[in-house]
Amino acid sequence: MRLRVRYSKKGKVRFTSHRDVARIWERALRRVGLGMAYSQGFSPRPKMSFGLALSTGHESEAEFLELELSDEEGEAADWDRERTVDLAERLTEALPVGLDVVAVAPVEKGDSLQQSVTSCTWSIEVDGVDMEQMNAWVADVLARDEIVVERERKGKPVVEDLRPHVLALDVTGTTETGVRLLADLGTQPRALRPTELLTALYPPLKAGTVCRMHQWMSQGDDREEPLTAPVAPAPSATVPA
Amino acid sequence: MSSLWSELERVLAEVQKPARYIGCEDGMTVPDHHPDAVAWLLLYPDTYEVGLPNQGLQILYEILNERPDAEAERSYAPWTDMAEVLRREGLPLFSVDTHRPAGEFDILAFNLAAELVYTNVLECLDLAGMPVRAADRGPEHPLVLVGGHCSYNPEPMADFVDAAVLGDGEEVVGEITEVVAAWKAAGSGSRAELLRALSGVTGVYVPSLYRAEFDGGVFTGVVPIDDAPPVVEKRTVADLADWPYPKNQLVPLTEVIHDRLNVEVFRGCTRGCRFCQAGMITRPVRERPAEQVRTMVAEGLRRTGYDEVSLTSLSTADFSGIQEVVAAAVADDACGQVSVSLPSLRVDAFTVGIAAELQKARRTGLTFAPEAGTWRMRQVINKLISEEDLYAAVEAAYSQGWRRVKLYFLTGLPTETDEDTLAILEMARKCIEVGRTHQRSPTVTVSVGGFVPKPFTPFQWFGQNTENELRRKVGLLRDELKRKPKIYRGVQLKWHDARASVVEGMMSRGDRRLGRVIEDVWRAGGVFQEWGEHFDIGLWETAMATHGMTFEDLVYRHRTLEEALPWDHLSAGLHKDFLWQDWRDALDELGLEDCRWIPCYDCGACTGFGIEHVVASAVPPAGGSQGTGQDRSAGGEVPVALTSRPVAEQGSEMVVA
Repeated sequence: MRLRVRYSKKGKVRFTSHRDVARIWERALRRVGLGMAYSQGFSPRPKMSFGLALSTGHESEAEFLELELSDEEGEAADWDRERTVDLAERLTEALPVGLDVVAVAPVEKGDSLQQSVTSCTWSIEVDGVDMEQMNAWVADVLARDEIVVERERKGKPVVEDLRPHVLALDVTGTTETGVRLLADLGTQPRALRPTELLTALYPPLKAGTVCRMHQWMSQGDDREEPLTAPVAPAPSATVPA
Repeated sequence: MSSLWSELERVLAEVQKPARYIGCEDGMTVPDHHPDAVAWLLLYPDTYEVGLPNQGLQILYEILNERPDAEAERSYAPWTDMAEVLRREGLPLFSVDTHRPAGEFDILAFNLAAELVYTNVLECLDLAGMPVRAADRGPEHPLVLVGGHCSYNPEPMADFVDAAVLGDGEEVVGEITEVVAAWKAAGSGSRAELLRALSGVTGVYVPSLYRAEFDGGVFTGVVPIDDAPPVVEKRTVADLADWPYPKNQLVPLTEVIHDRLNVEVFRGCTRGCRFCQAGMITRPVRERPAEQVRTMVAEGLRRTGYDEVSLTSLSTADFSGIQEVVAAAVADDACGQVSVSLPSLRVDAFTVGIAAELQKARRTGLTFAPEAGTWRMRQVINKLISEEDLYAAVEAAYSQGWRRVKLYFLTGLPTETDEDTLAILEMARKCIEVGRTHQRSPTVTVSVGGFVPKPFTPFQWFGQNTENELRRKVGLLRDELKRKPKIYRGVQLKWHDARASVVEGMMSRGDRRLGRVIEDVWRAGGVFQEWGEHFDIGLWETAMATHGMTFEDLVYRHRTLEEALPWDHLSAGLHKDFLWQDWRDALDELGLEDCRWIPCYDCGACTGFGIEHVVASAVPPAGGSQGTGQDRSAGGEVPVALTSRPVAEQGSEMVVA
């Protein structure tokens, strides 16, 4: 039996790493006493799989995790709404402040979250620019055929075009120190990080708080979230690339 | 009270491992700041990963926060990248609990667990925005205290601290709180008055009320200036059962060392290893009742979600309730698959038996500390493990599935010959031989540390081996391995930096003049000296030369009985004549039985304080008071030859059931 969990990561706890969060989850699961399936072998670990990694320091409204339960926890049919809501509450209680479980649901075994998610929507505070400058930057990015960057991969320089990963950009308003940008960025075969995009063009832009708002799986021409939050966190980007 | 969080969160993206600075641990307390309460900032002068698990700090954190007249928060030494960012942004050192500036606290209390962190204390004071020298600080600055094992010779740090606290902190932090609270309420603002009042608290040493005297460059003693007590005694809590702390062990969000539940099962040790400062200064033995340990383990696992618990002490296999406690922890399935770890394993088959019961799943490596390669040498240091014990233990380990055995040794011990040193490898070779009967390719890792003499041990008079001598001895071992790779197949050698041992040795037994050296090294950028990537012997050599001091005088020279020691005005309860006799016995290669189960040697630790060993078992642990073998009454399967030492009397008057 597999459960999919959607949770948010906000506030001070956003400075923990992906690896830290995995360990925090292991302890939380033991605390709530959820019967987990364990890996075989020398050093058995509870079976759980995380979706796309979130950069240390970024917030998120949409993190996902899948848990493989032991047989004692029953089948998918045994997990009605009451039971999933109760588990979500107990998990939130066992997790540190800032990590909140927003939805839990049984799912069929299928592709991993990392394989099925094709894009993410990001809310990015860009510091030190005004609306006009930001709109010009967005227009520039969207007008380009390619955005070529060189980066290091396993110690070797590789050349990459970021443009195909830029699916949508929208300047949505101002903040105390700049403006807010909503961006839909592709994740296959490699997820484009918001900060990479901001520093790809000259002059580089400086990101303040960055928050992942959604992760999307493609369904034909449509897209849907791996698990919908009961209350939508925010509108997604609207301007098509 | 102000929080620096909004300033800090803007810069945290720039530093490595920002989770070091966010707090948010499960078990954290967020105090309501009250101006009348005495605010303590408990600092561990090393990184968060090293400092967070410190049990002493966590115990005091809870005890202080339970008091209505106190509040406590924590801080750790910021890594060099963070220190740079703080200075650039004009931000001070802060607490991780509420991100309050260090300068707003009444007391900064540092845990001095190791000598090489001393320059980090100066770094923290400077980042807190205070003068590093106590004499330059005014009533507006927090009081600076140090505690922990290194405060038994605080003289090298005397210029920088306002007071050093000796011994167990559980009770004395309350008394210090009351003195500071009364001083705050009186509002006189006189720092001298506060220090004088503190010197009246037993266990509190105020260096500025004492003068270090010298005669032609020779240290002659530390004497009270006015009416300060001529000798400052350590504090000892009589019964650990009264102090079931930490009740809410902190669970960090990021990875730290010893990342598991830790439950202290006893304090003190009377095995009497002569090199071991911890074993000498924490006497007498005080066991926690097994029932309380069981409760602390069960509740701790449930609360924290950890799947591993460590039963901590200086020699956990000696704990009277060990089997009972271990069985209960392993059987408690409320927490899933729990593993139990025992640090400081005694070397015998009995111990391996317990370890086998514990580590059902992960049998990777097992560590023993024979400390020396020959029986003669082990009699000198009073680590009375026979070779038979070791091989029986190793046999038990390999036959029960462990593939790697790690052996800890010291080199540079008193009277050590090259024969003693080389015997380390012979021992490792025989362990491999034993292992081959059970495993195809067993490995033995030999870890060799340079011996550093410590205050309040029988070896406090011993002139430490020089850097070259320590290096030569490690060289002997390396050459031997290189020459005979076939004979030593499976043996791996690791060793410590001899230069770091020299600096550690200098601080360990140094006097007040070292303050200038420590300050110079810190001003030259010498922080995190216990970290290989930052340690710089050149900084120390330069500073020593500047102030006309030499390693020969401070580190390598043998001390005499007549000469004054920089810690003679402090007391760990041990009689100096007991230590001297033990030093003479060491040189005569005479071992000494553990006093828990035989008549008293009058070392002073019990009698001086009107307390006793608190040991639940009326009989010594398996195989005799020095652990020289397994429990014969339990019908062990490993044949063990006892040594020539007399078997301990059972149930002496010091045993409290």
